[in-house]
Amino acid sequence: MATLSLAGCNRHQSALAPFGVEASSTRDLTIILLIGAVVIAVAMSLLIRHAIRTPGERLTHRQGMKLVLWAGGVVPTILLFTLLVTSLPAMRPLPTSRADLTINVEGEQFWWRVAYRPPNAARVVSANEVRVPVGRTVALKLMGGDVIHSFWIPGLAGKMDMIPGRTNTLVVRATKPGRFRGVCTEFCGLSHALMAFDVVAMEPAAFDRWLAAEAKPAAGGNALFAQYGCGGCHAIRGTGEAGAIGPDLTHFGARQTLAAGVLPMTTANVASFIRHPEKTKPGVRMPAFDHMPPADAVALARYLQGLK
Amino acid sequence: MSDQNDLTLRAEQEERLRAVWKPPEGLFLRWTDVNNNRVGVWYTLTAFGFMLFAGVLALIMRTQLAVPENDLVSANTFNQLFTLHGSMMMFLFAVPMFEAVSIILLPQLLGARDLPFPRLSAFGYWSFLLGGVFVGGSIFFNAAPDGGWFMYPPLTTRTDLSGLGADIWMLGLSFIEVSSVAAAVELIVGVLKCRPPGMRLNLMPLYAWYILVVAVMILFAFPPLIAGDLLFEMERLLGWPFFDAAKGGDPLLWQHLFWIFGHPEVYIVFLPSIALFAMLIPTFAQRHLLGYPWIVLAAVGTAFLSFGLWVHHMFATGLPKISLAFFSAASEAVAIPTGIQVFAFIATLWAGRVIWSTPLLYAVGSIAIFTIGGLTGVMVAIAPFDWQAHDTYFVVAHLHYVLIGGTLLPLFGGLYYYWPLITGKKLSDRIGRIAFWVMFAGANLAFFPMHLSGLEGMPRRVFTYPAELGIGGLNMASTVGAYLFATGVLMVCIDLALSPTRPKGVRNPWNAGTLEWLAKPEDENWGIRSVPLIESRYPIWDQKDFVAKVDEGRFFLPDAEEMKRETIVTTVLDARPLQVVRLGTPSFIPMATAVALGSVFILTTYHLYWWSLAGAFVTLGCVLTWLWTGTAIIPEKPEKSIGHGIVVPLYISGPSASGWWAMFITMLADATAFSGLVFGYYFYWTVHPDFPPPDATGPGVFWPMVAMGTQLASWAATVVAREVHARGQVLAARSLLIVGIVLTLASLLAGLAGPWFTGLNPSEHVYPAIVWVLAIWTAAHAGVGVICQGYTLARSIAGRMTPRYDADLRNITVFMHFLALTAVVTYATIGLFPGASS
Repeated sequence: MATLSLAGCNRHQSALAPFGVEASSTRDLTIILLIGAVVIAVAMSLLIRHAIRTPGERLTHRQGMKLVLWAGGVVPTILLFTLLVTSLPAMRPLPTSRADLTINVEGEQFWWRVAYRPPNAARVVSANEVRVPVGRTVALKLMGGDVIHSFWIPGLAGKMDMIPGRTNTLVVRATKPGRFRGVCTEFCGLSHALMAFDVVAMEPAAFDRWLAAEAKPAAGGNALFAQYGCGGCHAIRGTGEAGAIGPDLTHFGARQTLAAGVLPMTTANVASFIRHPEKTKPGVRMPAFDHMPPADAVALARYLQGLK
Repeated sequence: MSDQNDLTLRAEQEERLRAVWKPPEGLFLRWTDVNNNRVGVWYTLTAFGFMLFAGVLALIMRTQLAVPENDLVSANTFNQLFTLHGSMMMFLFAVPMFEAVSIILLPQLLGARDLPFPRLSAFGYWSFLLGGVFVGGSIFFNAAPDGGWFMYPPLTTRTDLSGLGADIWMLGLSFIEVSSVAAAVELIVGVLKCRPPGMRLNLMPLYAWYILVVAVMILFAFPPLIAGDLLFEMERLLGWPFFDAAKGGDPLLWQHLFWIFGHPEVYIVFLPSIALFAMLIPTFAQRHLLGYPWIVLAAVGTAFLSFGLWVHHMFATGLPKISLAFFSAASEAVAIPTGIQVFAFIATLWAGRVIWSTPLLYAVGSIAIFTIGGLTGVMVAIAPFDWQAHDTYFVVAHLHYVLIGGTLLPLFGGLYYYWPLITGKKLSDRIGRIAFWVMFAGANLAFFPMHLSGLEGMPRRVFTYPAELGIGGLNMASTVGAYLFATGVLMVCIDLALSPTRPKGVRNPWNAGTLEWLAKPEDENWGIRSVPLIESRYPIWDQKDFVAKVDEGRFFLPDAEEMKRETIVTTVLDARPLQVVRLGTPSFIPMATAVALGSVFILTTYHLYWWSLAGAFVTLGCVLTWLWTGTAIIPEKPEKSIGHGIVVPLYISGPSASGWWAMFITMLADATAFSGLVFGYYFYWTVHPDFPPPDATGPGVFWPMVAMGTQLASWAATVVAREVHARGQVLAARSLLIVGIVLTLASLLAGLAGPWFTGLNPSEHVYPAIVWVLAIWTAAHAGVGVICQGYTLARSIAGRMTPRYDADLRNITVFMHFLALTAVVTYATIGLFPGASS
């Protein structure tokens, strides 16, 4: 067990490396449950060994029935009841107030539509990245766009499904800043394995500055973007490009990764993704721009990366 | 019976039994066999083959996942692999394997010559084979289902996002579900009606108890899924929006229907293994099992609870807190009866003189593995922990510990234990033990690391994972473990393959005490020489000269004077002899019926609706031929002696007959499927404030009430017909049946007239769609009702049914009871329910 823990250890996408109150309490619960499970498993093994090695007639029928009653019935009932009662409080979500930040997240094949709804300001649309302020309660409103997805940031909290026709609420509070990762955990089609997102937990003041910057329009438009009709699907606020089918690209260059947490944000990756998105993500909704000269793709990639 | 001392007489009896039970031979004719010995073996081998196939699919997956960012198989192939692996292991291995083994063992356990409906077993087998090859073979055409074994809509119902595979899953597996239910009916009636005289319920071998419990679970668990399948295909093929949120449908309805099936399913595949333990542990502890009544109660309790915890598969769907608490509690509670059963085994081993053996090694090893799976099960039953673990590799680890410890290894243990019973030869203890330890090591190496990879953020059903996650080492360990496990399975296969070269062994090699071990190494097809009187749970140990008395034909029914296949039917509770029933003989008809019914499902998959309709008519023809020529045959004499001065009738009808029970049980399953649809209606009504939509027009009140009234009148006519017929007024009964046919037809048309005349458009919104489905379901049943009534009328006119021999009329009355109930519920729901018709 110990060696295994050392072998597999990541700090950015693990339920065992929490950075939020819910994930922390669940991690503690996990450790208690694991210790209990190991103790019971070892005790059972020893008992079975003993039962097999004991010669016949050492245990009378009456004693045997007592064993069944106590070890099989009474003790498990007490243990399970205690476990249930102690875990009930953890089923209650964190309390929220009107003053809390709300973030809408909608799952699409195979990316995330994100909208920040601060209590006293306009909504800010983004994609494939969720930023949360440390120490503040945040209500995530989760929806399914096309099919069922599930929203999971292992280090922050448990998962919650995104179901078409419903809105589920997941309330979280980050406890330490850092860069983390979330993934889709409900099988949602060909590229289910390639549907992740970046999570950034920021100090509250830094978060407020970032959100204010994120709300601003982009620096300027681009002729190639218009020429290839990218605005049919993608929006870049302030340029007149307002497509709503694909991810919003207003501050694309400020994101750490490309294609919903799949590729590092480099010019080469962006350029090749534009021309052949299906090579990175099978089943992606974005059409291939096969005919686009590589030079144009690189120029477009540079422009997009400049949208900070 | 003193004449059993006459050796010549005994030899003549044996000659007659042998001739009567002689299996058909020849290249083609052998496949017409219906006897449980051969059909059970075919069934077992086929299920075993599907298990190996699904196992190979898993190996391909593990190879793909051995290292991060691997590209051995494409995402498309991988999705087909995991969907098919899960679906085949569940529907084509675990459940059918239990039924197959039970078909072999049950008659032996009960000292019966065969199961009550041998042709139904054969039909079940051929359906299973056909459906299994159809579903499993699809992967060779890159057309296998790829939506996961749970097939959640809308991913799987949207035809732009999913292809033929989804239809293959729905229709192919629905077909197999039908055959599973057929086998369940057979096994329930077998346990309840075909026990040997004296074997009261509390003397039944525990395996029979478990068969009863599990078969009843199948009866109530599979039909909701069949109802779900129906809605699912209506959406895929016709665009009726049951799961489409944009048109008032709800994807969660599928999840409820699926898991109402899916969770009991876990216990359906687990309890039979406990049943095998319950047979082999007393043998190797050389004493009675401790706490028999507790085990029975625990098994029943597990079954009962298992229907109340399906929602724990849906903890992450955003449920109300009260549901979370309730279903967490129920999921924890199911561990308690399981604990009782496991500790009863431990106490028995403790109290007994344990003889160490290969089957016992498998039993003990499986309990150890299962315990780990059970403990992680308790963990995931706690909702907050489940929110982290759900849909990650932690759950993959959990379920494989449960299924390997709770299904696969016990089955291998059972194989080593029962192989001598079936073939007369022991398997190699040495190979068996080595294979066990290889599999034990492999299973732990494969699945233990998955607990950690899951908590380290690895979701299920991913065809690849990034190297940064740091779980490459854990995955490599899992892959090595999977291959190690496969090596162990291969060793078992080699052991089995060597069996034909080995000599026959001795009778009852483990010195067991239960009835099935009467089988001789050079077994006869007749099942048992004479049907014994049972006075103990372990008759071979406890009853004096038991084996000799059976062998010398000193018990009941030692002969087949009329050259007919026969077995004894007894009462449900205390097993008093009621009847000698004549059993079905080898025939092509079960196979033909299976092929015809299969064609209906398979042709529908390819949208060949007219051909599929033709297939339905052929199926109907096959079923009617089967019934007309093979059931409720008037015997040449009213009764016969079974020895010891006991004379019983050869023909009984009504609630004491096995046929009546089969009809009743089948209709329970049918009513359960119907309640799945009704659940759908009320689910929409409860969950969606806009159901029915304010501007919707319902089917009105008039036509539904006409339909209800005429159906009830038809039911009354049938019941009265049964009564006057029993009093000998045959003509009056025939007239009433004619009236009944007219009324049922009127009800059928009136039921459809409601939604038809009000112009309900089922593809517009979920409300008209569910109204139409309920109306069509009921109308289709009315159609079957017309056929039942017409068939009975024809039997009467043809002289195949008389007031003394009236099983047909009594059995169709059972159908008419359920039809009336269906009609009342349907028409009250669509016609009278608040807001239904405006």
